[in-house]
Amino acid sequence: MKPTDIGNPDYFHKVVDCQWGCPAHTNVPEYIRLIALGRYTEAYLLNRQSNVFPGILGRTCDRPCEPACRRGRLDGKPVAICRLKRVAADLRDDVSDQIPKGAGGTNGKRIALIGAGPASLTVANDLAPLGYHITIFEKQNKPGGLMRTNIPSFRLPESVLADETGMILGMDGVDIFYNSPIRSMKELLGLGFDAIFVGTGAPRGKDLEIPGRHETDRIHIGIDWLESIAFGHVESIGERVLIIGVGNTAMDCCRSSRRLGGKDIKVMARRPRQFFKASPWELEDAEEEGIEILINHAPKRFVIENGKLTGMEFERLEWDAKAERSKVLDSIIIPCDDVILAIGQDNAFPWIERGIGIEFGKWDMPKVDEKTFQSTLPHVFFGGDAAFGPKNIIWAVEHGHQAAISIHNHCQGIPVADRPPQGQNLVSLKMGLSEWSYHNDFNPSQRQKMVHVDLEERFKRMNVEVELGFSAEQTAREVQRCLNCDVQTVFTAKKCIECDACIDICPVQCLTIGRDGEEAEVRGRLSAPATNTDQALYASEPLPHTKRLMLKDEDVCVHCGLCAERCPTSAWDMQKFELLTPLAGGEACTTSYSHA
Amino acid sequence: MPSIVKPVAKHPSLPANKLGLTVRDYEGSMSTLCAGCGHDSITAAITRAFWELSVEPHMIAKLSGIGCSSKTPTYFVSGAHGFNSAHGRMPAIASGANAANRNLVYIGVSGDGDSLSIGLGQLSHAIRRNLNMLYVIENNGVYGLTKGQFSASADVGSKPKKGDPNQMSPIDPVTLAMSLGVTFAARAFSGDKEQLVPLLKAGLSHPGFALIDVISPCVTFNDHEGSTKSYLYSRQRLFHATEVDFVPEEDEIVATITPAGETPVRMHDGGTVRFTSTPEGYDPQSREKVYTYLQECQQRGVVPTGLLFRDPETRDMHVMNNSPEESLFNLPYEKLCPGSDALEKLQRNYR
Ligand SMILES: Cc1cc2nc3c(=O)[nH]c(=O)nc-3n(C[C@H](O)[C@H](O)[C@H](O)COP(=O)(O)OP(=O)(O)OC[C@H]3O[C@@H](n4cnc5c(N)ncnc54)[C@H](O)[C@@H]3O)c2cc1C
Ligand SMILES: Cc1ncc(C[n+]2csc(CCOP(=O)(O)OP(=O)(O)O)c2C)c(N)n1
Ligand code: SF4
Ligand code: SF4
Ligand code: SF4
Ligand SMILES: [Mg+2]
Repeated sequence: MKPTDIGNPDYFHKVVDCQWGCPAHTNVPEYIRLIALGRYTEAYLLNRQSNVFPGILGRTCDRPCEPACRRGRLDGKPVAICRLKRVAADLRDDVSDQIPKGAGGTNGKRIALIGAGPASLTVANDLAPLGYHITIFEKQNKPGGLMRTNIPSFRLPESVLADETGMILGMDGVDIFYNSPIRSMKELLGLGFDAIFVGTGAPRGKDLEIPGRHETDRIHIGIDWLESIAFGHVESIGERVLIIGVGNTAMDCCRSSRRLGGKDIKVMARRPRQFFKASPWELEDAEEEGIEILINHAPKRFVIENGKLTGMEFERLEWDAKAERSKVLDSIIIPCDDVILAIGQDNAFPWIERGIGIEFGKWDMPKVDEKTFQSTLPHVFFGGDAAFGPKNIIWAVEHGHQAAISIHNHCQGIPVADRPPQGQNLVSLKMGLSEWSYHNDFNPSQRQKMVHVDLEERFKRMNVEVELGFSAEQTAREVQRCLNCDVQTVFTAKKCIECDACIDICPVQCLTIGRDGEEAEVRGRLSAPATNTDQALYASEPLPHTKRLMLKDEDVCVHCGLCAERCPTSAWDMQKFELLTPLAGGEACTTSYSHA
Repeated sequence: MPSIVKPVAKHPSLPANKLGLTVRDYEGSMSTLCAGCGHDSITAAITRAFWELSVEPHMIAKLSGIGCSSKTPTYFVSGAHGFNSAHGRMPAIASGANAANRNLVYIGVSGDGDSLSIGLGQLSHAIRRNLNMLYVIENNGVYGLTKGQFSASADVGSKPKKGDPNQMSPIDPVTLAMSLGVTFAARAFSGDKEQLVPLLKAGLSHPGFALIDVISPCVTFNDHEGSTKSYLYSRQRLFHATEVDFVPEEDEIVATITPAGETPVRMHDGGTVRFTSTPEGYDPQSREKVYTYLQECQQRGVVPTGLLFRDPETRDMHVMNNSPEESLFNLPYEKLCPGSDALEKLQRNYR
């Protein structure tokens, strides 16, 4: 095996599973340590550097970090990373004097952003402090995009949304025009902006063209219906509601129905449960509210009697193991008063004229570069759901960061493909004999369960936030579950005397001194077989005494530091890794606030 | 706040032995020896050997004397019985315990100081008695605990950290034991668990006194240049004279077919030791030949490791004394102490 190149920031970054899994590379372990110290404001600001909306995301993030979390590989349940983020956001002090003020458009460059969703707002957040003049055009009369119009207020309070969007909109040099849908790109191009960012989302809900679709007004398109609730246009629904589809939109639709008068609510799924798109926690939350989820039902027609919707007919299916092929068993009519369609979203750009330099490709989507977010018209950029179809908030934020770098490059005459590189800092945490400046003990606590408002209370109003947040005790326990994966085991081969102390002490059999070989073969003969090939093997240079290699399987290292503690020569050291993530205008560190 | 407690976290694929226990169930408390001490590696090997043999922790008795090495029984199998004796007196305690309860698995851990200086007489008689135990000498050439004075195993010319080289001739526990009639003698290196673990298993299963001399560098007082018991020196001079494999009794059926050139040596009530390689003309069952071989090696300045000698005719203390199968502590009082009439009768036989 080749000795591992630990000079490449990717190597240690990948060991920090959560940070690697987060599209915006939020420095999770560092903010968790800050929370543990009660330094909520710093924890919040550290989050904000990467993910811009910690309060919003602490409630709504899709949390790709959690399935990635190492803790899950040890005791089955990841650290509640997302809910800890909310703790920081809830308990922080006023940060208004710590948010960049913006620079008032002093560099003379004017940027137009279309839409005020998370993608556009991130672009504004990154560029305004550099002196760009930002003009946002928003169709609605309020900012936030789908975070406002579609994520129901019982999951995301309006005040949190207003606060975090306000931090950006309040910067000098950021102007927003509400009720200003862009109807012609051509016209906008004529206004002479130095760059244009399209952050208009994926605004069209999919329809279901089956018999009866247009014979009643009781069939609703999920995302439009949620938007009508958000703006107060819809305040009630029939008692019996069918939701078609079983993604996250369906979950918001069924739970909203429950609050608007729905009593008998069924979510109708075509496939078995393991193929559902909704996150497991969203399914759990819906079921807790008495919502029934029926599997293997395919919509056949709407039943209309005397011009009135009375039910829906479904075919009942039987699937093969992979849910690829199905067989119809029979059909069944389920009575209902309303139907909500939640079967997906499409992009739509009727307002972008063809032939103005912005090329469209497959599925009538604009051609957008996956790294630079540039369209075929060099000063027009896309990001968020508008770029590659519906994703989620944290991806929209990361697109925004990357597009901001591109826009900055474009305006400064630097090729957009010249991306500022990532960097790393590694700092030893050794303080003295048996003294390390981090909390290295392993806490066997189980993942803390989020407490919910009781059922009766939460249905009284639409905007009663269901999740109460962690208590002080829960927070104290949950933070200790974090394994400090950024505190890296760093090895110096020339110091090793092959005494085996590290191998013997490691509680999870990570380490082996063994002869060299091909990685696949080496993996089979370690202290514990390294079967998780997603996780790296750290291979040293040949050791001085025997020319064997020190081999570390990163898979379940708990970063206890005992290898370094028991090493007589400090060949192993525990060093805190800090990823330096570039943002527009230079190298911004996801910075360390502490050594603790 | 740093913690030096070994985390309870376990590798998710940690295998269980026949008793359903993982190797972590055979650990003891956290070592307080110097970081990098060879003794800690031996502790890890002992932990593994007991786990692999599926010995019930409460059926193990750990005994030791005084020294860094003698501290180590605390660091393995916390569920076992244990006794820390006075300096060099572990064999006496082991003899007493074994006399009373022959059903436990006895392991004694000692040092070169504990065994070859103050305890030399005790060790010698335990060997003669063929006490059924595994006796591990963690041999670092110094008195580690008392800050590194030369021990009786220090080689002539070996340099201390400060002061003059050693001039007195060393005691080699293996040749000494051979001359005292030991029935199982092996040498190993703390930094070579692939060899050490099978040796420990064979020693634990040997029905008699099994001596393993394990070279175990003292990183603090005897790991410098000029030392003949350092990690580097040991790696340069030690070589595997024999390769063995231990097959426990239960697994013997599957393992009876041994590849050509291998010498299986059956144990009376344990399993089989398979010699997978030995030097030309070497007979691990011939005391004379092994003795000569060891002398030769010493002259060449190399240190052979492996299972060096095994007496197939091993008769332990209980066999020699014709003591009952049942452990003494289990006998009813009347049998154990049949009264003055019985004593009188017995004495009459000898008059
Ligand atoms: C029901 C539902 C629930 C969701 N829940 C979650 C969740 O819990 N967590 C999560 O991470 N993600 C969730 N998502 C997805 C997430 O909301 C989106 O991926 C994210 O908001 C996309 O951000 P964006 O900035 O690309 O666009 P959007 O948020 O869609 O914002 C686009 C903005 O552009 C405006 N606009 C559109 N066209 C024009 C125009 N021509 N001129 C001017 N303005 C225009 C729109 O009014 C809107 O304000 C959910 C989505 C839905 C539908
Ligand atoms: C009766 C008695 N004499 C002397 C000592 C001092 N003493 C303690 S440990 C030790 C030598 C230990 O050497 P060794 O057995 O080689 O153990 P190591 O520390 O090297 O592992 C001595 C002489 C003692 N504890 N008791
Ligand atoms: S920090 Fe070292 S001892 Fe601890 S789990 Fe990781 S490799 Fe093992
Ligand atoms: S403890 Fe240190 S010196 Fe000993 S084997 Fe491990 S890395 Fe090498
Ligand atoms: S003094 Fe030597 S023998 Fe004792 S613990 Fe330290 S290294 Fe080991
Ligand atoms: Mg010693």
